[in-house]
Amino acid sequence: MTLLETERVAVSALRRGALPRRRGPGLAGYLFVAGYAVLLLAFGVFPTGYSFYLALTNDQGRFTGLNQFVKVAQDYRFVPAFTHMLVYLVMWLVVLVVLVVLVAVVLRSRVRPGTSALFRFLYYIPGALAGVASVLVWLFMLDPDVSPVSWLLNSMGMHSFAAVLAPGNLPLILMLIAFWTGAGGWMVVMYGALNNIPDEVLEAARMDGAGPWRTAWHIQIPMIRQWIVYMTIMAFATGTQLFVEPQLLQTASLGRVSPTWSPNQLAYVYAFQQGDFNGSAAISVFLLALGLIAAGLLVARSNLFTLDEK
Amino acid sequence: MTQLPLSPPATAAGRRFRPSRAVSFLIVGLLLAVLLVFFVLPVVWLLLAPSKTAGQVVHDNPLSFGSFAQIGTAWGHLFGFQDGAMATWLRNSAVYSGGSLVLTLAVSVPAGYALALTRFRGRKTLLTITLVTMIMPQATLVLPVFLELNRFHLIGTVWSVILPFSFYPFGVYLVYIYFGSSLPRDLLAAARIDGCTEWQLFSRIALPLAKPVVGLVAFFSFVGNWNNFFLPYLVLPNSDQFPVQVGLNQLLTSTPSFNPVAGAGLDITIPELSLAILVAILPVLVLFLFSQRTLVSGMLAGATKE
Repeated sequence: MTLLETERVAVSALRRGALPRRRGPGLAGYLFVAGYAVLLLAFGVFPTGYSFYLALTNDQGRFTGLNQFVKVAQDYRFVPAFTHMLVYLVMWLVVLVVLVVLVAVVLRSRVRPGTSALFRFLYYIPGALAGVASVLVWLFMLDPDVSPVSWLLNSMGMHSFAAVLAPGNLPLILMLIAFWTGAGGWMVVMYGALNNIPDEVLEAARMDGAGPWRTAWHIQIPMIRQWIVYMTIMAFATGTQLFVEPQLLQTASLGRVSPTWSPNQLAYVYAFQQGDFNGSAAISVFLLALGLIAAGLLVARSNLFTLDEK
Repeated sequence: MTQLPLSPPATAAGRRFRPSRAVSFLIVGLLLAVLLVFFVLPVVWLLLAPSKTAGQVVHDNPLSFGSFAQIGTAWGHLFGFQDGAMATWLRNSAVYSGGSLVLTLAVSVPAGYALALTRFRGRKTLLTITLVTMIMPQATLVLPVFLELNRFHLIGTVWSVILPFSFYPFGVYLVYIYFGSSLPRDLLAAARIDGCTEWQLFSRIALPLAKPVVGLVAFFSFVGNWNNFFLPYLVLPNSDQFPVQVGLNQLLTSTPSFNPVAGAGLDITIPELSLAILVAILPVLVLFLFSQRTLVSGMLAGATKE
């Protein structure tokens, strides 16, 4: 609030100056964005630059070129961590895209509006348990001792919690958790996108003899394509940043799951257990690059985020 | 919401019955039902677990209800844990999320307004950086921010959480879209000719119109920060500073079910842990119950601006 008041004083002082009508908005613009710009510099631009700086130097601050990157890439934990991430990402993105689009189409055109609203609401609610809560809930769901679906776990040959948390199962478990908390929200969003398609278009398709599935495949899905791309890129970027989930599963598995399962965990171990901030920054830069590429792709190639003037 | 022309009852009544229609109806029903169980069953289990003793959770039907008295017992155990640590964590979460919410709004509403409706050098650059940082997942910058805070010796202070939380490019973008589409530039130009100062334009014309988008930004900011784990986990070393999400992690490591060594003899068992999850997410859950529409309008903001 104090920020805004100083702006008022400054701006009105400005307005009383000579010829302010033309230049006024420009200078006022600076004052309006000042607070945000400071935060952007401090917590967006600076940390990005700082991690690049750390990644290119050693602990004495001497420039070491790409040595840090080579060092972490040769770490025996580096390739497994990125492989885990990749396996998880492939599973997660395929399941997410297929099911979210399918369910959104079904809820939009095969179900009565009232029923559809109820389903969307119920699918969406687990999103409130994002983060730590979702992992804890799934620890219970996956523990054959207490799980309501222990019969299912048993029928798959998993009779103990330890068997469920076998390292090979982790991508699947993380996928379940991510789908449980995230998919409902995306279904709601995708349904909203489908809702933006004018009824006349669907009506025309029906007149031409297209059934609901053909309408979905040839008209609805192509028309929401940009939203599917958007969701995929966002989910990809988020998926590269896995930390909480494998960290908690590691705790709960009593150390059977590797503490450096995901790249972010490896960066964490570098910083906190090895005290190697430069190495940690090098791993962060790899992850930053993935996030930047995803963001750049979305901004440059999709027309969702236009900076054009109207 | 008009009745959809493609909904099954309408078509089924209008045409003769075909087996392929029945099959597709069956597939639709099965898909929705399986997903319904998947999404809802864990929530139902979670709501029931605190009413049972640790023994009942294991031996009774997973979806049975214990007793209300047992909820009270679990509550007592939970809030008695480490001399009321749970209450401290909840209070911390409120301070962190609330503080950064106020700061986020105070900073991002004027910024979004200026990006949409004023012209200044560097505006396009600022907008581009905002877009890029907005799309990058929150966790991307956590370790770099930690390294930075560590460099400036801010680790362990309240600000090490509140300030990074307050940097919320998505909020700025939402405000930018909102003003860009709902406030005609001509209106501002007219008011300017009538002698309004830039500040008056913002406070008298733009701000009163901004209520819906302020709600939207507040929702996303609060939910995101309340559930955030990674940053506070790194920058807050002491238990009495933890927000409740990090506290839950501490509870997990104190539960005999998941950590037989460290947790032996403690009162925190599965019912207590379930109750802790429910208490920890309650504010977000309440917001979620009323927010579905908010979510759609927020996420579709880019598309609806045309």
